[in-house]
Amino acid sequence: MSETFEYLLRLGDSALILGHRVSEWCGHGPYLEEDIALANTALDLIGQATLWLEYAAEVEGKGRSADDLAYLRDAHEYRNLLLVERPNGDFGQTIMRQFLFDAYMVPLLDRLSAHDDPRIAEIAAKTAKETAYHLERSLDLCVRLGDGTEQSHARMQAALDDLWPYTGEMFLGDAVDAAMGVDPSALREAWLATVRQLETAGTLALPDSEYAHKGGRSGQHSEHLGYVLAEMQWLQRSNPGAAW
Amino acid sequence: MVAAMTTAPDVLRGLSAGPAHEVPGQARDRVAPGSDLAPIWGWLDQVPDPEIPVISLVDLGVIRGLAWSGDTLEVTVTPTYSGCPATAIINMSIQDGLRARGVQKVAITRQLSPPWTTDWLSEKGRAALEEYGIAPPQPAGGPSRCPHCQSENVSKISQFGSTPCKAQWRCGDCLEPFDYFKCI
Repeated sequence: MSETFEYLLRLGDSALILGHRVSEWCGHGPYLEEDIALANTALDLIGQATLWLEYAAEVEGKGRSADDLAYLRDAHEYRNLLLVERPNGDFGQTIMRQFLFDAYMVPLLDRLSAHDDPRIAEIAAKTAKETAYHLERSLDLCVRLGDGTEQSHARMQAALDDLWPYTGEMFLGDAVDAAMGVDPSALREAWLATVRQLETAGTLALPDSEYAHKGGRSGQHSEHLGYVLAEMQWLQRSNPGAAW
Repeated sequence: MVAAMTTAPDVLRGLSAGPAHEVPGQARDRVAPGSDLAPIWGWLDQVPDPEIPVISLVDLGVIRGLAWSGDTLEVTVTPTYSGCPATAIINMSIQDGLRARGVQKVAITRQLSPPWTTDWLSEKGRAALEEYGIAPPQPAGGPSRCPHCQSENVSKISQFGSTPCKAQWRCGDCLEPFDYFKCI
């Protein structure tokens, strides 16, 4: 299996699974404007997943489409970060998960927009603009809720503590990253500079622990992904080939 | 194989009432492959954006080029947002709009780079948006004034709105909420 295909699955699957998770909020947002913002974010992410998975399918060259990759792979074939399959929890956990991901994707997409593969570079440049917009909102909300009421502060701190062990995986490089000429560990400094605003402006404490759950990018997932896929894929699984 | 591409601003400049602005819909003579692209830009400037019909697809800046390749008219289109559900409708509208004018073969190519920016909105489009009640994008990241009463006393309600390209704002003077076309 080519490294490019693997790498594209990692990018596409993280966008797809987070997009699906965020879409679970549709109709359940804490207030109307935020409900709309969540649905729009999900839509952007699913659109980005389409761009990455279309290219993955082309690179693979086995006649599969982006839809085939999304709807007909099992959990062990998914290459998304463990962070994005974490359950939505309360709104604080959802927006903290979004923030930790956005803060990572901004420097990664910046790096990829100068990639040797022109298709990767153009998808990265396209999606970088949307991602920067997402970060603006997720950072703003994390800071406001962190530096908000006693309850909102406690919930945001709990969300940060809960999700922190799932951030280390983003910076662990392997042979696939090396073959693509991308060193994820080099992104940590930029990520941390953004995340430190939770401390300085959001009055939250960054956890000390360096412990990292890992495996998502090579197909070892938590039990949560299976439930996500069951909901996302049931229609294609029970009615194979169903189309609009 | 592909003839020199043309881009919108130069050909649209100076376009006035003429064949390009005829009422669409009737059966027409077949457009000869290789014929002048300027009127075709004018036809596309009559095709409305599916979500904000007061501006055309040319106003929106998504039509990046036109070229004849043999007997096929190649239309290069760039998406606004990656997940914008209007993308498929836009492609259909282009096909329908050009067929109604007598262009027999149309091929649509997606172009991602350079990524779409609101800088490509036409001046005509920006004015039409404001007239319609949508504040046009500003480099400062927020609307310069209320599209209803022109007050500069405006505040953000949400970074997102009813379509991927819009945010929600409100006016502190006339108290009306309004859409703002996001600047990206």
